[in-house]
Amino acid sequence: MKDERAGKFKQVNHSVTKIDALQLALGKDSYVADFVPRGALIIKMLWSPHPHANIRSIDVSIAEKMPGIKAVLWHGNVPRVAHCTAGQGFPEPSPYDTFMFDRKVRFVGDRVAAVAAETEEQALAAVAAIKVEYELLTPVFSLDEAMAKDAPVIHDEPEAHVPIPIPYEPKKNLVAHVACEAGDFEKGMKEADFRFDETFETPYAQHCPIEPYTTLAQIAPSGRIHITTSTQVPFHCRRIVALTLGIPVQKIRVIKPRIGGGFGCKQEILLEDVTAMFALRTGKPCFWQFNREETFRTGRTRHPFRVRIRAGVKKDGTISAIAMDAINNTGAYGGHGLTVVSCAGSKVLPLYHCENIHFDGKSYYTNLPVGGAYRGFGATQAFFAMESVMDEMAEAIGMDPMAFRQLNHIRSGEGSPIFAALGEGREGTPMTVGSNALAECIVKGAGAIGWQNRADWRTKTGRYRRGIGMACLMQGSSIPDIDMGSASIKINEDGSFNLNIGATDLGTGSDTVLAQIAAEELETTTDKMIVYSSDTDMTPFDVGAYASSTTYLSGEAVRKAAADAKRQILFTGAEMLGLKVEEVHCEDAHVLNEDGSKKVSYGDIASYSLYQKNQYQIIGTASHITKKSPPPFAAHFAEIEVDTWTGFIRVLNYVSTIDCGTAINPALCEGQTEGGTLNGISYALTEQYLFKNGRMMNASFADYHIYSMRDRPRVQAILVPSYEETGPFGAKSVSEICINGPAPVFANAIHNATGARIREFPFTPDKVLAAIQTVQKK
Amino acid sequence: MKADKNTVSFTLNGELKTFATEPDEKLLTLLRREGYRGTKYGCGQGTCGACTMILDGRAVYACLLYAKQAEGRSVRTIESAGTFEEPVEFQKELIAAGAVQCGYCIPGMVMSATALMETETVFEDEIVREYMDGNLCRCTGYEKIWIALRKVLDRREAADKTGRNSPAKGAK
Repeated sequence: MKDERAGKFKQVNHSVTKIDALQLALGKDSYVADFVPRGALIIKMLWSPHPHANIRSIDVSIAEKMPGIKAVLWHGNVPRVAHCTAGQGFPEPSPYDTFMFDRKVRFVGDRVAAVAAETEEQALAAVAAIKVEYELLTPVFSLDEAMAKDAPVIHDEPEAHVPIPIPYEPKKNLVAHVACEAGDFEKGMKEADFRFDETFETPYAQHCPIEPYTTLAQIAPSGRIHITTSTQVPFHCRRIVALTLGIPVQKIRVIKPRIGGGFGCKQEILLEDVTAMFALRTGKPCFWQFNREETFRTGRTRHPFRVRIRAGVKKDGTISAIAMDAINNTGAYGGHGLTVVSCAGSKVLPLYHCENIHFDGKSYYTNLPVGGAYRGFGATQAFFAMESVMDEMAEAIGMDPMAFRQLNHIRSGEGSPIFAALGEGREGTPMTVGSNALAECIVKGAGAIGWQNRADWRTKTGRYRRGIGMACLMQGSSIPDIDMGSASIKINEDGSFNLNIGATDLGTGSDTVLAQIAAEELETTTDKMIVYSSDTDMTPFDVGAYASSTTYLSGEAVRKAAADAKRQILFTGAEMLGLKVEEVHCEDAHVLNEDGSKKVSYGDIASYSLYQKNQYQIIGTASHITKKSPPPFAAHFAEIEVDTWTGFIRVLNYVSTIDCGTAINPALCEGQTEGGTLNGISYALTEQYLFKNGRMMNASFADYHIYSMRDRPRVQAILVPSYEETGPFGAKSVSEICINGPAPVFANAIHNATGARIREFPFTPDKVLAAIQTVQKK
Repeated sequence: MKADKNTVSFTLNGELKTFATEPDEKLLTLLRREGYRGTKYGCGQGTCGACTMILDGRAVYACLLYAKQAEGRSVRTIESAGTFEEPVEFQKELIAAGAVQCGYCIPGMVMSATALMETETVFEDEIVREYMDGNLCRCTGYEKIWIALRKVLDRREAADKTGRNSPAKGAK
């Protein structure tokens, strides 16, 4: 139901100052590395130089005796527990195919052995002194090699299994397989006037948070292990570390301080097990921070995909059939393998009306860097293919690509068979779309880019040719029936509140957004909220920051907890005023009667309830799960200029519209949209992993370029409001969707400029030039 | 002045300081160890700008400099820029614009902008981009950082112009 305050909100839908902004701008101690105590041991890892090898022997005897070395860990002296590093709900829909240390290495950058030393120099010297004999195995570097009959088996260990019943065949390098069909694809293809069968490839990419992966583990005076870590999933981290070390969850406290960006890569338990193990072994604080090379090579990446789309369209613009075959390369370990490929279907196929849909998704192991969660999560890769084919279909029937999308996109009140068919590791949840301002997003975006000036490529001549492209997008908001968020909120005697949430702010501003939601519900101001989040000892549970869930899911938990506290405030306020509860209401941090002649402040109510009479702690608590994952919608547009002599693309203007429901904090929503879009632009135009025998060769910002302030084109974020009735004060998600746009938008703009259709990115000058030359030869 | 083998002396945020160090220690490592932790480690390769400090008026990457290279010179860190009570103008505008997301790049941004404002008098976009190009941010897309910085620079340029025309400024 629409909140009666909609349209006149006092706290939400306002650009309240981000609560930690000043602390961060001043450079106060905030991040994991700022809390390392003197005397902490420094951890360094010996990484595998080989893509695929058995470890015949390791000799750590010299390293162990070197100055300053306090412990060495390798497969011979740690528990061997199969687990999954992906921070997902439990039991995970991902294979348990990882060990703290193994007898086999599966990619360049896999763990071999680790040391903890008094100084970094000592640690590096000891790592260099570890002697390893490898038995080299044939590596697997491509999907075709992974799928080949008699391909080398990457996970031949007997323990590898998935804890839920889903297809997993490690002997065939198959990590996951999911398929569904609605209607009759073959029949739909027969009915079509034009048929398409196109295959697209998307590249590796790294998230590149400016703060690398960082973990500090200490033994508390109680003997428990305190892990301060740069994570998006503190509760999953606690569970996975407990499993891997073979110790009870009770023994571990995970604290997430401020985080220097994540974008999905910190939804992974990559450092915490080893850091905690060293702390246990040595009794000393232990610190491990990846350097930039390690972040590129060993850190998580975006899964490269091959997406084949077969589709049919009728002359009247009806899409009669779509089949998507998506195959991803998970790299050496299979975390997120099933879910990321499921999302390629579930977050993309519902966008357009079509009665005959087929989806088939597979994930395969290779001996390359490991895929993980990355903003957009499968939808990014699949939208590149889908939105490219949308333009191709429109061209075939002679319809304007925008009009073609306007004709076919999903409307409010409509469902899709895909929602019910594709979940994350199980069937999905049937859903009808509630809020949907996509139609308005398209119109506003088209106006801002100047779509009416878009001309056919055949009319263009000269060296520099301009083109305009567009794409429509959707995502989700949390994982229905799986994700859970919770909150507690208590009052202090000055009318301030402690808002404790498991939800994880990784720089997005979710602490601020959740404080605004609490303040709105409680009829007070956001600055009265003392927010504490993501501490497994001190805050209630939350699955963490992923799947675009925090505002929508944790936000509703916060709203419910605040409503619970508000009921208690009204009760005590009424008691103090000598009125019945029905006779009072809350307004501007007071409880008052209808005409305002009798009123009492929250501070006085708290003081009364804590010190004076019928004392108790006013404290609200609530949890929230959801049956829906309402999609945010977006329409992206760009105007580019292609240099047909060099293949260089210049972005002249980029417009990102978004319907995220009620923007709880418009400035932060714009910030998410601008940042995600630029990340997508950088990914589409320049970012790539260059390999030599499986080794990523460009592991620095000098050689793996991410966009700087000089590279940045103009990006206009336009928030188009709607009201999602199932979300807190009408909100749905904002953060992921925006990264899905640039690759298909540029593919379509390049075609509009030059007639060249490119089905593989980044759109580097060599690729663009080759494609243009193909068109010119015709 | 010949420096002691195992110490380094320089002016840090206006005060002369002497620290124990090693010949291979980086300036970033030394200062973070000594409690100046507002400067961040981001890449160790001189490419991301999270460790930007000001050395004799120039913005530098402290992850590449040896501590010994600061001998006898003047170093300024983010700790010299603003307090809770009184943030510097750029910090205020960053906060007002909503430009601080994860915040990890922000101290470096502030130091680069400080070097820009102290060195240049004309703040054309191309000059500003040149100064800020070495500070990477993955969260914001730079839009709001740019808006905040432009506000500060535009204000300075306007004040400069009035200053030049008015004799009162010279009298101060």
